[in-house]
Amino acid sequence: MDFLLVLMVLAVVAVVVAWPLYRAARPSPGGPPEVEALEAAKDSKLREIRETELDYRTGKLSEEDWRAQDARLRSEAADLLRELDRAKGKEG
Amino acid sequence: MAILGRACLIIALGLALYGAGASIYGARARKQAWVESGRRAVYAMFGVVAIAFVILIAAFIRSDFSFGVVVDHSSTTTPLFYRATAAWSSQEGSLLLWVFLLSAWSSLILFVLARKGKLREVAPYATAVLCGLGGFFLFCSIFLANPFGTLANPPLEGAGLNPLLRYPSMMIHPPALYSGYTLFTVPFAFGIGALVSGRLDASWITSTRRFALAAWFFLGLGILLGARWSYSELGWGGYWAWDPVENASLMPWLVGTAFLHSAMIQEKRGMLKVWNVSLVLAAGVLAVLGTFLVRSGILDSIHAFGASTLGVPFIVLIAVMALGSIGLVIWRRASLRSEHRLDSLFSREAIFLLNNLVLVGLCFVVFWGTFFPLISEAITGDKAAVGPPWFDRYTVPLALILVLLSGIGPVIAWRRATVSKLARYLAIPLAVGIAVPLLCLALGVGHHLEALLMFGIGAFSLTVVAQEFVRGAGARRAMTGDAPPAALLALVRRNRRRYGGYVVHAGMAVLFIGVAASSTFHNQRDARLSPGQTTKVGGYDVRYVKPTFSVADDHRNTGAIISLGAVLDVSKNGKHVTTLNPSRGYYPDLSQGPVSRFYQGESTSEVGLQAGLRRDLWTAIQPDTTQIDRLAAEADRKFPNATPQLSLFIAGTLAAGYARKPPPATFRVIDSPLVTWIWLGGLIVVAGALIALWPAGLRARRRAPAGYGARVARELGRA
Repeated sequence: MDFLLVLMVLAVVAVVVAWPLYRAARPSPGGPPEVEALEAAKDSKLREIRETELDYRTGKLSEEDWRAQDARLRSEAADLLRELDRAKGKEG
Repeated sequence: MAILGRACLIIALGLALYGAGASIYGARARKQAWVESGRRAVYAMFGVVAIAFVILIAAFIRSDFSFGVVVDHSSTTTPLFYRATAAWSSQEGSLLLWVFLLSAWSSLILFVLARKGKLREVAPYATAVLCGLGGFFLFCSIFLANPFGTLANPPLEGAGLNPLLRYPSMMIHPPALYSGYTLFTVPFAFGIGALVSGRLDASWITSTRRFALAAWFFLGLGILLGARWSYSELGWGGYWAWDPVENASLMPWLVGTAFLHSAMIQEKRGMLKVWNVSLVLAAGVLAVLGTFLVRSGILDSIHAFGASTLGVPFIVLIAVMALGSIGLVIWRRASLRSEHRLDSLFSREAIFLLNNLVLVGLCFVVFWGTFFPLISEAITGDKAAVGPPWFDRYTVPLALILVLLSGIGPVIAWRRATVSKLARYLAIPLAVGIAVPLLCLALGVGHHLEALLMFGIGAFSLTVVAQEFVRGAGARRAMTGDAPPAALLALVRRNRRRYGGYVVHAGMAVLFIGVAASSTFHNQRDARLSPGQTTKVGGYDVRYVKPTFSVADDHRNTGAIISLGAVLDVSKNGKHVTTLNPSRGYYPDLSQGPVSRFYQGESTSEVGLQAGLRRDLWTAIQPDTTQIDRLAAEADRKFPNATPQLSLFIAGTLAAGYARKPPPATFRVIDSPLVTWIWLGGLIVVAGALIALWPAGLRARRRAPAGYGARVARELGRA
């Protein structure tokens, strides 16, 4: 009985593990690593813009400082979007 | 079933080796099919290890004494809940639990990343590392601590679960701790993967951050449950003893805390890459080191449940992990340069950096104190240990700075803070922080500088957090016009990471206030009392009213057949305060004579506790059983073949005799303020971590970046 169960486990494991080697290759989701890195940087930058605004609205930053930081962050985000478009264009 | 269990472990080891090989080959040869096959090997490893794990648990539940490990760690008299969880009290079962959890978390992260198509260059190497770690623990399980070893002649009864472990939270404590340890190996593996593949941007940190947070959460929960067990069950009255095994869990938690803060700087600014990857690798190594300390028995500890057979393989693994990590960081140092510099020392980045230095400093102190016995033995030949006073000397000032920084961090802006704004922002918290210690002095609490400082800094930190919520909700109200509760809820929901973190800070402040008060202002008295006698502790009169006993009345469901205890009356200034009932439970030892077996086995304290927000009154009893032992030995000689019923009757009669003519008993009585704050603070920390961990709804996640993305995109269009 135990022996049969071991054989069953082995058979299932073999099928699960070997399946990708025998079926036709599938395109995997997601873009190239450069795009992924830029997407992560962009999301992080957008989050930073939002957090800086929250810092301003909760009184941690003066309006002057916030506007200066916000402009800089937006410019950095714009650069990232530009790079992202370029990377995606290359990919396409 | 033992054959199937063992076969599953061998198949899992094969899968781990295959998974590592296929993933590396797939990555090097750029053959996606092999990478996917390697990943599926991890899923399969999880499946077969789960089968092995279920077989072992079932053996414990069924009291299948053909399994050697069940004989050694369970018995038919062990209550069902403890039988179901006794597996991880053994060396063999705990290693299997480790590899089960590791394969579960590994499968989860690899599945999530594959579905999203993320970290495709990093993941194969991370898979190989996770498989390598799984393979190591499977090797240990198969060849050094096999849980499926069987006995040719199974006995009718087992030794039973260690009575000290028969405590509900103690059964949850190991899985929580091991979840923390194994979850820390996930960012470790991806850190190695990022270094090997050269993909050192923040995406690997972003993708594994939630796992690092979950590791921190579970490890913290495990530490808290362990402290609670120590306080309620071990009978010495404390919750933390700087024991090597306690320290072993604290070290990766401290480093993990540092990483969770500094990772934000890399995500936002592309800075501290070397530091972050080093912290992640250190947390991974320390997680394995923690397991090693529990399981190897290399350092004396009340929590160490292992023998030393695993010592050499673990040392080799830890050396490979540590040296490999250092080598990889040095190899990739050029790619790990920071993209930016600190804009100002007056910024949240600078505070986070300082907090990191304090946390790593704390970790170093704990590491040095923990391994000092081994270091001193290597140098002098004598195994000298450092005690709690040594740890307190260094950790107390560092903890004070840490709580202070946890108060300053939330109020200071990223990049560059506005000094005037900061001063205005800090005015109320500073006032509260100064007023609280002054108030304590005025109320005559005592002149303990460190404790007063902690009360002040803790109050400062708590006020900062309260102010953050009030201001945040106010800002939200001003923008949306929501009612205050709705504004607060929306604020937290839209900024879970930030406000979950603030709740954690508040919890830590409460916890540290509790630690400072209870460790500085507690009163303890050990007294030997006869019924009617009284001892004084911290202004309370504690009178030993009468002894108690119970036979076969196991209302706490721990398996203790006989217990001897006391009724204590506590009063203050002549007024009754409470009645406490400490007792000591005795677990039978079947290798002893038919009557003395009821008293000669292990015994544990059931403490008498009156817990409150202001103070705890804690008592434990050590009954004098000299007379009972003598009479039981006599009964053994007179009734060598007594039936179990007769044996129990005689043992019960002896207990009743003890209650009729009680000898003096030894009591430990502790009056300790604010201990409950420690558990409350811990619960607040848990709540904060859950808020931060809770995934944002898909709509919210899309909505936030899309709104700003569109605005930035509009600017880009104009540029």
